Amino acid sequence: MSGATIGAEASPAHASSGSIGEFFSTYVFSRDHKIIGLQFLFSTLLWFLVGGLLALGIRWQLAWPWAEMPVIGRMLFSAEGGQVSPEFYTMLFTMHATVMIFFVIIPILAGAFGNYLIPLMIGADDMAFPTLNMLSYWFMWPAFICIGATFFMPGNGAAGGWTSYPPLSVMEQAAPGSGHAQTFWLIGVTFVGISSMMGSINYMTTIIQMRAPGMTMFRLPMTIWGMFITALLQAFALPVLTAAGFMQVLDRLINTGFFIPEGLVVNNSVAMAGGGQPLLWQHLFWFYSHPAVYIMILPAMGMVSDIISCFARKPLFGYKPMVYSISGIAGLGFIVWGHHMFVSGMNPVLGMTFMVATMMIALPSAVKVFNWLGTIWGGKIQFTTPMLFALSFVSMFIIGGLSGIFMAATPVDIFIHDTYFIVAHFHYVLFAGTAMAVFGAIYFWFPKMFGRMMNETLGKWHFFLTFIFLNGTFYPMHILGAVGFPRRLADPYHYETFRHLLGLNQFMSVCAILMVATQIIFAYNFITSMFWGQRVGRNPWGANSLEWAAPSPPGHGNFDFQPVVYRGPYEYGSPEVDTDFYPQTQPPPESSDGEETAHDA
Amino acid sequence: MGRIWSILFLLVPILGVAFFVWAIADIWPLNNHWLPENINEPSRVIDGLFMFILYLTGTVFIGTSLLLFWFLWKYDADRNAEPVKYMHGSHTLEVVWSILPAATLLFIAIYQMNAWANARMRRPTIGPGVDLIAGTADDELKPPLALVTGRQFEWRIRYAGKDRLLGTNDDVFTVNDLHVPVNEEIVLQIESEDVLHSFFLPNARVKQDVVPGMRQFIWFLPGKTGRYDIVCAELCGWGHYKMKGRLTVESADDFNSWLAAEHAKQEQSSFSASEGEE
Ligand SMILES: [Cu+2]
Ligand SMILES: [Cu+2]
Repeated sequence: MSGATIGAEASPAHASSGSIGEFFSTYVFSRDHKIIGLQFLFSTLLWFLVGGLLALGIRWQLAWPWAEMPVIGRMLFSAEGGQVSPEFYTMLFTMHATVMIFFVIIPILAGAFGNYLIPLMIGADDMAFPTLNMLSYWFMWPAFICIGATFFMPGNGAAGGWTSYPPLSVMEQAAPGSGHAQTFWLIGVTFVGISSMMGSINYMTTIIQMRAPGMTMFRLPMTIWGMFITALLQAFALPVLTAAGFMQVLDRLINTGFFIPEGLVVNNSVAMAGGGQPLLWQHLFWFYSHPAVYIMILPAMGMVSDIISCFARKPLFGYKPMVYSISGIAGLGFIVWGHHMFVSGMNPVLGMTFMVATMMIALPSAVKVFNWLGTIWGGKIQFTTPMLFALSFVSMFIIGGLSGIFMAATPVDIFIHDTYFIVAHFHYVLFAGTAMAVFGAIYFWFPKMFGRMMNETLGKWHFFLTFIFLNGTFYPMHILGAVGFPRRLADPYHYETFRHLLGLNQFMSVCAILMVATQIIFAYNFITSMFWGQRVGRNPWGANSLEWAAPSPPGHGNFDFQPVVYRGPYEYGSPEVDTDFYPQTQPPPESSDGEETAHDA
Repeated sequence: MGRIWSILFLLVPILGVAFFVWAIADIWPLNNHWLPENINEPSRVIDGLFMFILYLTGTVFIGTSLLLFWFLWKYDADRNAEPVKYMHGSHTLEVVWSILPAATLLFIAIYQMNAWANARMRRPTIGPGVDLIAGTADDELKPPLALVTGRQFEWRIRYAGKDRLLGTNDDVFTVNDLHVPVNEEIVLQIESEDVLHSFFLPNARVKQDVVPGMRQFIWFLPGKTGRYDIVCAELCGWGHYKMKGRLTVESADDFNSWLAAEHAKQEQSSFSASEGEE
């Protein structure tokens, strides 16, 4: 019974016992957090593929500018003889970022892993508001449809950059993609926001209200802390983006002119309204989108902490400093948005204060890196696939974190702003960091989700090749940035300054193509393991946190006993027991009252 | 297997550093794959700060990456016979590795401020203002040599002309062709007519978004004659990539004769067309 609530394999048996209606309520409009989590996971993985292909379009044009695109070129651009058109190129990078940020990273972290793991890791039977939870997934669909539909609108999609800076994004006459596509883009992003907001309220309430007996806040795994702080950030930052999005929609539809200054002449036609300020949008947008950077990495940091501690077989180093540092990030995260605007025309005095705040927000990240190193020091490291991905997160996050300091320094940013240096930076944080952590998390929790292991050999090949090719793709971007190579140019090579950079770009594009191809190994492994992977018991990794005490996969209601928590989740190698792990639910050996034996200060 | 994986992580700092060294040392095929020539004397400090941060972060990168490698190598479960060090952290270490980076980061921030102020806040002056005290707010600011207006997808340039005033009859107009005299502080007024653009001179370390509805000024001191790129660095539509201008730095004499020639050319064509048109 319990195993039958999950996985496509079990569905026929289950569906036969009930009606079509029951099938729908169990698998489609399910209110079970695990099903919702898996729905998010499958949807976001499919969008991951779309986003990756869009990226290959960008890489194609940068390596072989105006060359005929193989296979699909003739289909897409029959008029241009199979070559990418410049307006199509602007659409490509706009939609690549949109898909990756709003349909992959944010929903895969909070939606997929947040949903799946929060109730299990805190010992609850489900989320606090299951219906709201179901809606948070189904509100992604209007977003999928709105933004998916823009591909078939004039301009083949929004093309104002994922940042949608007005007036370009507001004035229909400014760009082919600034017609209906931009309106639908804004509405789509608003739906993502509504979905995230529903999730956020649910996660906060669940984490605060529904913890199992004994699960104090300081016994929560770092994954849950990451999700909790993320939910807080969403709750406070999202309303601003939503409001800004509506303002831009109004500017577009009824000429309110929030972001449009007086006397604009775009493409030889005069703008209707005026009296607004383009910089206002940038302030509102980045007030959300800087915290969103942390929304896109804190849960990954949490999951990495759990994976590293588990496979180092050693307690997490500095648990409380880790918690304080992510809380610090949450606070500081709201006063650094101006670092995206140093050369925007914002008052340069303000630039200085934003620089100081931005420099300081690097501190919590540094503390986390040191604590991860402290965790593996003196452990017994098992190089499993999830561990390799988690370690690569640390290794790559060091690069991505350090390169951020260049942009934080205002005078240096004058030169590298909007060059490939920043592109290198955020791909090291978001792809080499978050996406690699997500892969690690999939390998780690897959046995819990489906009751089967993913193939380790294939997993290691997947890791090895992805790791090599991602560095081949993204590392040279630092060098391009140092030359001043600007982002978002369909053909940078007609500038004398950048003409000689074509060769390096071709190398990067080859790596990018191979990196995407490598994901076939992952897809194959994922799908075959779901049905034919080796069956596992409750706790295949010998891990401590609560989800491993539940059946694999957990049935409806999660636990077949009432979990009681006796200690923190990182008691590996504890002298109190003979095993090298000490699950949170395992009662202490003697009459001790179950207090955590923490030796740190 | 643990050894192989450790070495993979060791390759990160080795190849990472090697790649930068390769580019900085200007060795084939990475010739000229580093900071482009800088003709703006005062902005040398920006290159210096870039290298300063590079050395600092490079050191941290090498240090932490080597530690990661070493721990993986040494504490591989297959080889490490010692029991796991059962500990939850160290108060002393946490304090040390919070305070050290905090102090360093604060230092970096403060160290940048003067360069930033010079680049963005201290517009060149030509003398003290009405109260005759130099260095005060009402110093007489150097007037702009030209007004550069971004529009889809070109840079329209309007020279102040002989009277050094913009908007008078002797103004000279060009498109995408900016000439400036060498060894003189150049002030440009930059504006936009339609959407955002960004006026980027890679060889002068100047970049400033131009915002419709805002009047802004940028300045630089070209110390070398030659022709350089003007790049648009802010997405401005489908033709963003082709919004290319040229900066020509020439001797004062060459500049003046060029300006006079442009002016004459313009007079000629405006007489033949409609007279007195702005
Ligand atoms: Cu930011
Ligand atoms: Cu442009």
